[in-house]
Amino acid sequence: MNNILVFCEVTEEQHIAEVSLELCSKARKLADRLNSRLDAIVIGNEIENIEGQLYPYGVDSIFYLSDSRLSFYQTLPFFSTLTKIIKEETPDIVLFGATSVGRDLAPRIASYLRCGLTADCTSLEIGDHTDAKTKTVYKDILYQIRPAFGGNIIATIVSPETRPQMATVREGVMKKEIYNENHKGEVHNLKAEDYVNEGDFCIEIIERQIEAQKINIKGAPIIVAGGYGMGSKENFALLHELANAIGGEVGATRAAVDAGFTENERQIGQTGITVRPKLYIACGISGAVQHRAGMDQSSKIISINTDPNAPINAIADYTIIGDVMDVLPKMIKSIKN
Amino acid sequence: MNNKEFQIVVLAKQVPDTHNVGKDAMKEDGTINRAALPAIFNPDDLKALEMALACKDALKDIMPVKVTIITMGPSRAAEIIRESMFRGADNGFVVSDRRFAGSDTLATSYALSAAVKKLGKIDIVFSGRQAIDGDTAQVGPQVAEKLEIPQITYAEDLLYVAEDEIVIKRRLERGVETVKTGFPVLVTVHGNANDCRPRHAKLLMTNKKACSVSEVLERQQSMEDMEALWAKKPFLKIEEWNADDINPDFERLGLTGSPTKVKSIENVVLTSKENKKINNSESEINELMKELVSAHII
Repeated sequence: MNNILVFCEVTEEQHIAEVSLELCSKARKLADRLNSRLDAIVIGNEIENIEGQLYPYGVDSIFYLSDSRLSFYQTLPFFSTLTKIIKEETPDIVLFGATSVGRDLAPRIASYLRCGLTADCTSLEIGDHTDAKTKTVYKDILYQIRPAFGGNIIATIVSPETRPQMATVREGVMKKEIYNENHKGEVHNLKAEDYVNEGDFCIEIIERQIEAQKINIKGAPIIVAGGYGMGSKENFALLHELANAIGGEVGATRAAVDAGFTENERQIGQTGITVRPKLYIACGISGAVQHRAGMDQSSKIISINTDPNAPINAIADYTIIGDVMDVLPKMIKSIKN
Repeated sequence: MNNKEFQIVVLAKQVPDTHNVGKDAMKEDGTINRAALPAIFNPDDLKALEMALACKDALKDIMPVKVTIITMGPSRAAEIIRESMFRGADNGFVVSDRRFAGSDTLATSYALSAAVKKLGKIDIVFSGRQAIDGDTAQVGPQVAEKLEIPQITYAEDLLYVAEDEIVIKRRLERGVETVKTGFPVLVTVHGNANDCRPRHAKLLMTNKKACSVSEVLERQQSMEDMEALWAKKPFLKIEEWNADDINPDFERLGLTGSPTKVKSIENVVLTSKENKKINNSESEINELMKELVSAHII
């Protein structure tokens, strides 16, 4: 079969995760291009209405395993189920969200199946590939596109010879789009005893403390983001002040997060969150491609930077050349008046 | 005291310091100029070393514990083994061979797992969650699969360890999870975990002459002198393994063992849109803010 399989993650609230619906939307387009079936696999404990949650995104068949021991993700039971389903259904492509679950599970599966896996793709396309040496032509394979080497290049990765072709994609990178409200498929209920081994439960979960998501960067209409150029954690307070004044959230680059200026949850970019706000104010951000990959779809971009040649300026609608610590107070003052 | 030696392996990598990329880091043709980048101990791997040493501290009174570093890379990667010895690791192996060139994560994890297998029975394998030059976070889980042992990813804190079980706090996107398991197990360590302890003055003195054969040759030191020293103090020899030493299926190494291929690379070209320069003056910034308000953007 040349079908596409999407691993659908279940959230703490027992819904299909956003990233999985985004992947289904993208996979539906790839499936149409390949004239193939879109399958989804869901593993959990009595999840309500998975058909209603998945069919509108174009899923044709759902493989569903429900078991009281699987309320929370555990590597080995999920690994056993996925590898068996992949062997039975022989999908051409398998996609995972690049979440803490997907990044734990997908590499182990790829290792077992000895197939290629590309992490954090920013785009997926179908096309042909000719091997440079053997001149063998591979038809309709998956182009797995991602920034590489410090973000100075965009690489197109292919796994021409092994199947399935596997990739992970971050939340927010693909667009969630309803395919057809009335689309219907079928559900295959899997029995745990056919797919999971007793020994798979050798890691015991003693305690879980899950916080409700406090910081909502992804949904924010306005983002005031700071880079390494902000200089310090204290200076980040100014970003919060501006964000509060204009009803936005504070985001950050990886360099700023790594420097300890702000929380991990605020990181925007290839290895953080992808955002599409109506206004993005980039403060002290030079604009490495990994960061731009997470924000270049913003409707309006203002760049504040001391360096007139910062790459961020090339994608900005407005550029203010100056020290953020000098410019930001002026913006705050202006809006407060 | 239990006589069985508790075996801990740390998988570590020497990486180009991508956070300190200077202007000469990229060559004219858009490829990376590795020579211009300083090589550092991958930050997550240093945290993995700390968790390994913390296990050693907790267990050493009940049984002998050995911490072994395995690194794959060019011969200069012996530097991170020496660095680990200054902080409390017992020994290390550099797995180095041209036949590993072009390895993707699958071929890398295969070679690493073959090296770990060569050491015999292992209780815990630690590695950093990810390396800063690739950010894939794939090698840890893939080594676990190849060793057919369970994995605990994103370890943030070691809560408890005894001769037959370990309790670890994991960092997830929206919280933490505490898990318990027996051995063997592979643990990948999150960047939030404790920083590695500094070099220990005494260990620095004891181990500063530790080196590999390649290093002796590169420095053009006398091999005879080093052989004499190694005969007296065998722990000062950083062993090097090539592909033959790890008994691999050669088809699974390097380019042939790597299913992913780079089809094309493109230099990033910025598409410039109409860009308006705003002067850093109160009046111009005021105008901009007014414009945004009237356009209902803010």
